[in-house]
Amino acid sequence: MISDWQFILLFVAIAVIFPGVPILLGTLVGPKRPNPIKQSTYECGIETVGDTWIQFKVQYYIFALVFLVFDVEAVFLFPIAAAFNFLPLFAVFEVILFVVILLVALGFVWRQGALEWF
Amino acid sequence: MSFDILEFLQSLVQLNAVGYMREVWSDDMPAWLSEAILDIVVILVICTFNLIIVLGLIWLERKVVARIQDRIGPNRVGGRYGILQSVADATKLLSKEIITPSGADKLAFNLAPLVIVVAALLMWAVIPFAPGVIGTDLNVGLFYVLAISSVSVVPLLLAGWGSNNKYALLGAFRSVAQLVSYEVPMVMALLIPILIAGTMSMQGLVMAQEVWYVLVVPLSALIFLVSALAELGRTPFDLLEAESEIIAGYHIEYSGMKFAMFFLAEFINSLFMAALFTTIYLGGWRGPGAMEYPILGLIYFFIKVFLVYFVFIWIRGTFPRIRIDQLLDFNWKFLVPLTLGLIMVIAVVVKLIPEGTNPWAAAAALFIVNILVGLVALEFVRRYARRQRIEVEEVSISLDKTGDVTEVQSTATVVS
Repeated sequence: MISDWQFILLFVAIAVIFPGVPILLGTLVGPKRPNPIKQSTYECGIETVGDTWIQFKVQYYIFALVFLVFDVEAVFLFPIAAAFNFLPLFAVFEVILFVVILLVALGFVWRQGALEWF
Repeated sequence: MSFDILEFLQSLVQLNAVGYMREVWSDDMPAWLSEAILDIVVILVICTFNLIIVLGLIWLERKVVARIQDRIGPNRVGGRYGILQSVADATKLLSKEIITPSGADKLAFNLAPLVIVVAALLMWAVIPFAPGVIGTDLNVGLFYVLAISSVSVVPLLLAGWGSNNKYALLGAFRSVAQLVSYEVPMVMALLIPILIAGTMSMQGLVMAQEVWYVLVVPLSALIFLVSALAELGRTPFDLLEAESEIIAGYHIEYSGMKFAMFFLAEFINSLFMAALFTTIYLGGWRGPGAMEYPILGLIYFFIKVFLVYFVFIWIRGTFPRIRIDQLLDFNWKFLVPLTLGLIMVIAVVVKLIPEGTNPWAAAAALFIVNILVGLVALEFVRRYARRQRIEVEEVSISLDKTGDVTEVQSTATVVS
């Protein structure tokens, strides 16, 4: 059991080599002649105006929050699904109740207009 | 036991070379050392295999898309069919200068190409290639896959934020909104096979498929396929790198080998999704004679993977890109409620089927339930589309009467 996760750890360590070596080779083999114009931000030929790191649309936050609710829900549902064959019928109805509550939440968010994209 | 080259080759054909080498080394090496060496070799084989197959996939994709669009595609490098085209491209990218834009966040900018490839490769650790041939058969295999696939959102944001470029940042925002949204139906759709099989281990899921799950729960397979395409950012969901709108999206400022890493990760991910679909819905390596001769299982597995991948390319060659509001509406207002409803229905039906039923009979019952749920969902879509059509017609009628432009504009936003 533990050795399974050792394999994953080893995998992470070795997988870094695969993108690392080509990039290193690329920096060694490729030319290095930087100049201000080459390093300027790429944007349709005109110099960029203003700061790039600005506030972004609040819409993205709302989608992220809705996602969070549903992803946490999925984390709860996975163990239940794996043990589903041993569950009594009563537990199944509890699971369904859990999903229904989330459906209600989705309906609420929908009605509030959080899912509209402007 | 001493090493014998013939026996080694024999074990290689039986896909049991790891077991053979473990036996050979068991006499003169501590167990942890031989295990570690074998693990490293297995990992290197999986990763290298991925890199090589991606070169082939890029060629295949270009060739097939070209054929769909009535072109020839690559046909110069490496003979008549241009097989070495991607090798030439990779070599070209290697010799290009790696430019770091001024004002870039160096750490984020350099970390992104590393993380994206590592995350893409890591998922291959739990894909079963043949009976007994798997990186490691975690008992939470599918859960692990989902966890790692969530990580692949992070490098996109790193790249978009680190580049100090407005197009890149816009592309990164779009990517995150899209990937995060479509992860919900994908995760939920994968719940259904787990619910039926009662295990999260990948080999366990393959073994449980007396009947391929694509025949048992076709709706779940369809939802997974659609949301996997969106997760990958492939057409028709490729607005994270819409060339005509935001040029290339998050990897706009990358050049040379760093750009190649993004490209590589994209193809590894595509191939992985095809492999995951095969494993979970198409019976993985299952097929006649696969249990006796593992090599046959390997062949079946790859035939299925490439068929699924061909479907991906086919979809890419056929559909136009959709708008971002359509993309998010389709996910949150159609796929998510549909998947939640499907989970509830399947949960009840699975409990109602008595134990010891013939697997084919149980599969038929679930199949019919799936089709029914799908038909109900389609009816909802049909009604919705009809309402929209009536609204548009009313707008055009009022336009004829009054020519009131402002009113048309306000209604048009509602319609879209």
